[in-house]
Amino acid sequence: MQTALFDHKKALVTVCAWAIGLAIFFPILWTILTGFKTEADAIASPPLFMGFDWTLENYNEVLERSNYFRHFMNSVVISVGSTLLGLLIAIPAAWAMAFVPAKHTKDILMWMLSTKMLPPVGVLIPIYLMFRDGGLLDTRSGLVLVLTMINLPIIIWMLYTYFKEIPGEILEAARMDGATLWSEIVYVLTPMAVPGIASTLLLNVILAWNEAFWTLNLTAAEAAPLTAFIASYSSPEGLFYAKLSAASTMAIAPILIMGWFSQKQLVRGLTFGAVK
Amino acid sequence: MFKAGVCAVTGAVLATFLAGQADAATKLTIATVNNGDMVRMQKLADDFTTKNPDIELEWVTLEENILRQRVTTDIATKGGQYDVMTIGTYEVPIWGEKGWLVSLNDLPSSYDVDDLLPAIRGGLTVNDQLYASPFYGESSMVMYRKDLMAKAGMEMPKAPTWDFIGKAARAMTDKENEIYGVCLRGKAGWGENMAFLTAMSNSFGAKWFDMDWKPQFTGEAWKKTLGFYIDLMNDAGPPGASSNGFNENLALFQSGKCGMWIDATVAASFVTNPKDSKVADEVGFALAPDAGLGKRGNWLWAWSLGIPAGSQKTDEAKKFVSWATSKEYLALVASEEGWANVPPGTRTSLYENPEYAKVHFAQMTIDSINAADPTKPTVDPVPYVGVQFVAIPEFQGIATSVGQQFSAALAGAMSVDEALESAQALTERSMKKAGYIK
Repeated sequence: MQTALFDHKKALVTVCAWAIGLAIFFPILWTILTGFKTEADAIASPPLFMGFDWTLENYNEVLERSNYFRHFMNSVVISVGSTLLGLLIAIPAAWAMAFVPAKHTKDILMWMLSTKMLPPVGVLIPIYLMFRDGGLLDTRSGLVLVLTMINLPIIIWMLYTYFKEIPGEILEAARMDGATLWSEIVYVLTPMAVPGIASTLLLNVILAWNEAFWTLNLTAAEAAPLTAFIASYSSPEGLFYAKLSAASTMAIAPILIMGWFSQKQLVRGLTFGAVK
Repeated sequence: MFKAGVCAVTGAVLATFLAGQADAATKLTIATVNNGDMVRMQKLADDFTTKNPDIELEWVTLEENILRQRVTTDIATKGGQYDVMTIGTYEVPIWGEKGWLVSLNDLPSSYDVDDLLPAIRGGLTVNDQLYASPFYGESSMVMYRKDLMAKAGMEMPKAPTWDFIGKAARAMTDKENEIYGVCLRGKAGWGENMAFLTAMSNSFGAKWFDMDWKPQFTGEAWKKTLGFYIDLMNDAGPPGASSNGFNENLALFQSGKCGMWIDATVAASFVTNPKDSKVADEVGFALAPDAGLGKRGNWLWAWSLGIPAGSQKTDEAKKFVSWATSKEYLALVASEEGWANVPPGTRTSLYENPEYAKVHFAQMTIDSINAADPTKPTVDPVPYVGVQFVAIPEFQGIATSVGQQFSAALAGAMSVDEALESAQALTERSMKKAGYIK
């Protein structure tokens, strides 16, 4: 009797989980399907779910009109580059805050987070002028720099939370065994925090990949990533939904595939320390 | 496996990052909007590069609002990211006045600047200096279903009144079968519902400001405008009209759900294209309506090519602008893609061409453009230029806020009087802050 009740509950939870999962995924599925429709089918009323003539003409046109590979490479360089640079700065910073806290560590952490509360447009002109004077407009190095700065508070906060879960005594033991600061961080702390670092890395790559304010405003032709590629297919005067959907699918596909293959690391990192 | 993947990606990223970028000798960076005519220009640009092998073209295509934000930031800070910018009739008077654009008065005589349509040329000229060359021009007009009009027992005149539009819309409406007499913009935004309502208000004798820059929303003329619009949409408009813009109405019209649609002339080629439109063979055209006061409710817009003052390649940029907006370019499009696809509304000679006259919306487009005068947009004199906008930098912000009030009134969240009072108060506040009034 109890087992049957448990099975029913389990089935209900599974159904609910699938329903929520599908609801979240539906807009992406709809975008993918629309990319294979003609423009007329894309606006058909009632909407066509499967019963339409599948076509690749949108993908052909998008590939003919735009240099997809250049946008793709820009996205890869900018997102991975900014995340690696961020980790390089954030690991020592988070170590210091987690294991050698000072009087104002908490205030510093809050201050770092507060920089995320400012609307980006508020600092657009100063940053634009700095980029202009520094010759960084429309360069990948400029975008790596700005996205590093933008995501740094999140990277430090995430790493700080993971590092706090690691017992300080282990590091003390390493020090007693004669480990230098460098050895302590590289050979003791980092291997123990790999799940946390991996999930921070993956999450920040996703955040940087999807960032659309700075990447649109600080680029023109050379360094424009996939966000600019999508924006080039949107139009308030003309129905180009099918082409826009094809472009969007091409822009999100790499990050979806990466997320799919790394979901184990992502989930492990995000739940790291959640169950004690 | 995961580690190996991370290492491979990191290696590739670093290699690309360190590779650096090579610059071409004379590369023109051109910022454009995403629409059919602009995309066609990119496809035909080989003609230009063949004639000018020393110039390379780099296109930056963006959605209209993103492009506007992007090029405004760049030109205001002299960022120098673009050599040619696609800008509208709203930006040109403001940017020309500030000295942000290069004058195009010295284009070669073969360009034949006198051939540009006077209404469009007037909107792109500041202090006798032409600051942008029109790529295509548009106005607004009535597009209607001839079959539904006949079924309602009515006949559309060439130049209808608002009264006629009201009667016809109500007669054509058949809500049970999802046929709505009229589809109009309702989505809030200075380029959305406010473009339509500002142009409509001109025909009702309303205006944004008097000669002392005092807002005029509490006047009788605005009350008539907004009251007529909301009654009409409630009686004969589609459900959820307060979130409909150009694209939503285009989809409704193309799928046969609108009896009439008053919007940009550029839509004519979409609704008559049998590939996308179910009603392609049933579409008729008429001038935008009036209220018998001497002004019609149509607007005037031209996407134009301008050269920012910060560009280091003005000679090459002028060559490109001359090519893209020339008579020869129009002929090139006609030969490659047919006369119906030629960018409309820029040159007198195009409308004198007997081949182009065969395009069945050509005459209505030119008549609509000629019916708008950006320098005298309203019944009473006003201190500003612009038909569906007021060419001052503050307009975008103010009109978007006013548009939100009017959209809320259309959705039934507030009354016409409340929306107008609110519009008056917020416009007064903004104009005081900007120093136009005390």
